[in-house]
Amino acid sequence: MDTITTHHHADAHRDDTAAKIGMWLFIFTEILLFGGLFIVYAVYRFKNPVAFDLAHQELSIPMGLINTIILLVSSATVAVSISAIQKNDKKMTMAMLGITLLLALVFLVNKYFEWGSKFEHGMYPGSDLMTNLSNGDMLFFSLYFFMTGLHGVHIIVGMILLGITLFKVKTGAVNSGKYALLENSGLYWHLVDLIWIFLFPLFYLIH
Amino acid sequence: MVLAALIVLTVITVLITSVEMGPYNTAAALLIASIKAAVVLLYFMHLKFDQKIYGIMVGIVMAIFAAVIVVTFFDYLYR
Repeated sequence: MDTITTHHHADAHRDDTAAKIGMWLFIFTEILLFGGLFIVYAVYRFKNPVAFDLAHQELSIPMGLINTIILLVSSATVAVSISAIQKNDKKMTMAMLGITLLLALVFLVNKYFEWGSKFEHGMYPGSDLMTNLSNGDMLFFSLYFFMTGLHGVHIIVGMILLGITLFKVKTGAVNSGKYALLENSGLYWHLVDLIWIFLFPLFYLIH
Repeated sequence: MVLAALIVLTVITVLITSVEMGPYNTAAALLIASIKAAVVLLYFMHLKFDQKIYGIMVGIVMAIFAAVIVVTFFDYLYR
């Protein structure tokens, strides 16, 4: 396959390679942000192995699995939308971005029900139930709410970015000769998927 | 194709962690997660097809992150 970045510049002030390097630099700060949280998780798990083992059984594996597959599929649809715009297939690009946004929404709805059932049982940060938990349990659920919550915020930001991109594809501002915005929003969306790839086994599966 | 591989790997992770293998559960799950991450980086994020500079940058960041993990665990294991 050819290199992805366009080398023909429409004007002297446009540099798609630099734009992409900028996006990657931003992604690195995100990787280190979540990476730091993963290290916090690893250390507390190492210090509270029994509590983390028992607490993780409270999470629903099917729910997590469904959301994992949703994010993987949505990542693939973004990748297809980039291939489509390279082939100047505007309709396909827009359809794929639309599907991605829809899947992101389904992910958030699942998350709503997942968190909702925890809240119904009185399990939310600062609740009586949670403040009376043992240290290990409290750490597990605090990290669970914080990390999946922060990830959820990233989903919302990704949806906004992809939504703006979809609009610009529609108006023609993003087209087959100028699609750095689509590539960079795509990179962000894949990052969101990348983080979930680690969140899912660490919180739902490992024991 | 890439998507199918990622979904298969996800299902394998779920199955493998449902079997009791002690500490190997964590190792297996993290290994598969790393493979999935590599697939996403190489194919979805185009590192395989793009200019080399992006891949080199990602490699450096991963190395820094790995170093931090190693240092942290040396600290906690031998404190």
